[in-house]
Amino acid sequence: MTGTAPETGIPAAYTPGPRPQRETAEQLRARIPGWGADLDPADRPAVPRLQSLETGARWDFPERQPEKWPRERSIEHAVLTPVFGTSCPPAGLSGVIRRYSYRRFGEGRAAHWLLLVAADRVDAWESHLRSFATLRPDNPVTQTGVRSELTHAGLSSRIGRKRADVGHHLLDPVIVAGPWVAGMGAAYVGVRRVLRAVRR
Amino acid sequence: MRAMVYRGPYKIRVEEKDVPPIEHPNDAIVRVTTAAICGSDLHLYHGLMPDTRVGTTFGHEFIGVVDQVGPSVQNLQVGDRVMVPFNVYCGSCWFCARGLYSNCHNVNPNATAVGGIYGYSHTCGGYDGGQAEYVRVPFADVGPTKIPDWMHDEDAVLLTDAVATGYFGAQLGDIVEGDTVVVFGAGPVGLVAAQSSWLMGAGRVIVIDHVDYRLEMARTFAHAETYNFSEYDDIVVHLKRITDHLGADVAIDCVGAEADGNLLQHVTSAKLTLQGGSPVALNWAIDGVRKGGTVSVMGAYGPIFSAVKFGDAMNKGLTLRMNQCPVKRQWPRLFEHVRNGHLKPREMITHRIPLEHIAEGYHIFSAKLDGCIKPLVVPSAA
Ligand SMILES: NC(=O)c1ccc[n+]([C@@H]2O[C@H](COP(=O)([O-])OP(=O)(O)OC[C@H]3O[C@@H](n4cnc5c(N)ncnc54)[C@H](O)[C@@H]3O)[C@@H](O)[C@H]2O)c1
Ligand SMILES: [Zn+2]
Ligand SMILES: [Zn+2]
Repeated sequence: MTGTAPETGIPAAYTPGPRPQRETAEQLRARIPGWGADLDPADRPAVPRLQSLETGARWDFPERQPEKWPRERSIEHAVLTPVFGTSCPPAGLSGVIRRYSYRRFGEGRAAHWLLLVAADRVDAWESHLRSFATLRPDNPVTQTGVRSELTHAGLSSRIGRKRADVGHHLLDPVIVAGPWVAGMGAAYVGVRRVLRAVRR
Repeated sequence: MRAMVYRGPYKIRVEEKDVPPIEHPNDAIVRVTTAAICGSDLHLYHGLMPDTRVGTTFGHEFIGVVDQVGPSVQNLQVGDRVMVPFNVYCGSCWFCARGLYSNCHNVNPNATAVGGIYGYSHTCGGYDGGQAEYVRVPFADVGPTKIPDWMHDEDAVLLTDAVATGYFGAQLGDIVEGDTVVVFGAGPVGLVAAQSSWLMGAGRVIVIDHVDYRLEMARTFAHAETYNFSEYDDIVVHLKRITDHLGADVAIDCVGAEADGNLLQHVTSAKLTLQGGSPVALNWAIDGVRKGGTVSVMGAYGPIFSAVKFGDAMNKGLTLRMNQCPVKRQWPRLFEHVRNGHLKPREMITHRIPLEHIAEGYHIFSAKLDGCIKPLVVPSAA
């Protein structure tokens, strides 16, 4: 040990220090490949934090990508950014919620994000329902990849391993399947009511 | 083309999609040869990131071959083999002009608080990602770099995110010689953060997780001292006991929004989306670092508030540093480290999954089955 190892048994925090070192620089260099290669704090890529580097940009402001549909944007932006992603334009009820959230609330507002999360859930259900009218309906078994539990050591990866996440893994099927079960239950009750009403 | 597509929380499938078109004169279209699944993708997959739309293709860690270029592209040609940083960025806005590529202001209309990220929800710009046969790469003259001849493809793909981020996490810790560094999380990012801490002269590197095979990797691959938090009643108390009651000089959070270790925190965030993320590891970092120490946060959290122990951070006089990694800024140094063998990224790869089986790939990585640390995704045309 180097540094002031307290003979008193009092830990370093209660003394002027420094903290006792367990290994010398020589020992570390011998044990760990590359130890100390970036020792100088001033000679690291993130230092100084702000620096102007050659980026390859030959423009002060980039040309504008054409806006093919009204692109939703944060009200904290002064303009539509010159480049943007074009995946999945807002559509359906979820699209209405998303557009409203962008139009109405800034990024500092919880309502903005909570509405977007709500829209995500609506989007998932709109998409599941729409998929039932196609040749490729959503399939929670294949789409969750849960079959890998059988092929990739589902049990032995968990049992007797002191993992903290195993308990809530049991919640996952509930989160995924719960709404489907509830949906089917509601459909069953609905159909029965209709049939009864028709019979009467 | 074939592409991974999100179908709602925990559900993805592979679909036929159109090859993306050039939308801007500086765009390139890249044919993906290898992609990876990142811990960040799990936050999307589990439905935690607001404005993750059904139909989106994920994937922000990928390499490929340039297939088309827009009319203003000068630095790349069709046929070039390229590695693409996970950041979409313009190279010229106020932030890019100061090296903050991950904070670009010109690429994400949906939010000013985040830059652009491939395949990472509309909150990060609404770009489709690289877990597909083809991907649109904006600002082809700025982000992508030709893969050096000597570099292995599987090292190149990990340099586009996990390796650059782990190294950046250690840098933001402002490590000085002899420091005691504690890394929370032994996923790919945490493993590289631990290795990088040694490069920066740490005197002691401690890694904390609860998954035994990942801790084993932290010992053998990253030469770290490890503790499984589920074996301790209170990992912070244990940490104090083994660090002279000072705590660590530097703590690096490489866990993020789905941290385990506190069921209430985990369930309210990762399952119910009532918090932006479960701050268990972040709170352990705040409580486990010494007074006046530095907490570096690489773990990703959503834009909704999280129950972070801010008072402790204030009372302890901590420096908190964090960002999405500006990947390309790290590359010159990281290329050296990979070339001279100080970093061996591809040793972390445990699974190579055909794109058609990506749903299983996500489940295996998410549930940590079969010793999975880093899965790659390989499109069939590759
Ligand atoms: N800042 C960036 O630029 C950037 C880039 C890439 C990834 N990330 C983020 O970094 C984090 C890690 O990424 P990864 O790919 O290594 O993910 P990963 O999911 O493979 O690793 C996370 C690890 O944390 C462990 N863990 C869970 N709870 C813990 C706790 N309380 N204490 C200690 N360990 C705990 C898990 O068991 C797992 O091994 C993610 O949040 C990801 O979104 C950020
Ligand atoms: Zn990532
Ligand atoms: Zn920019």
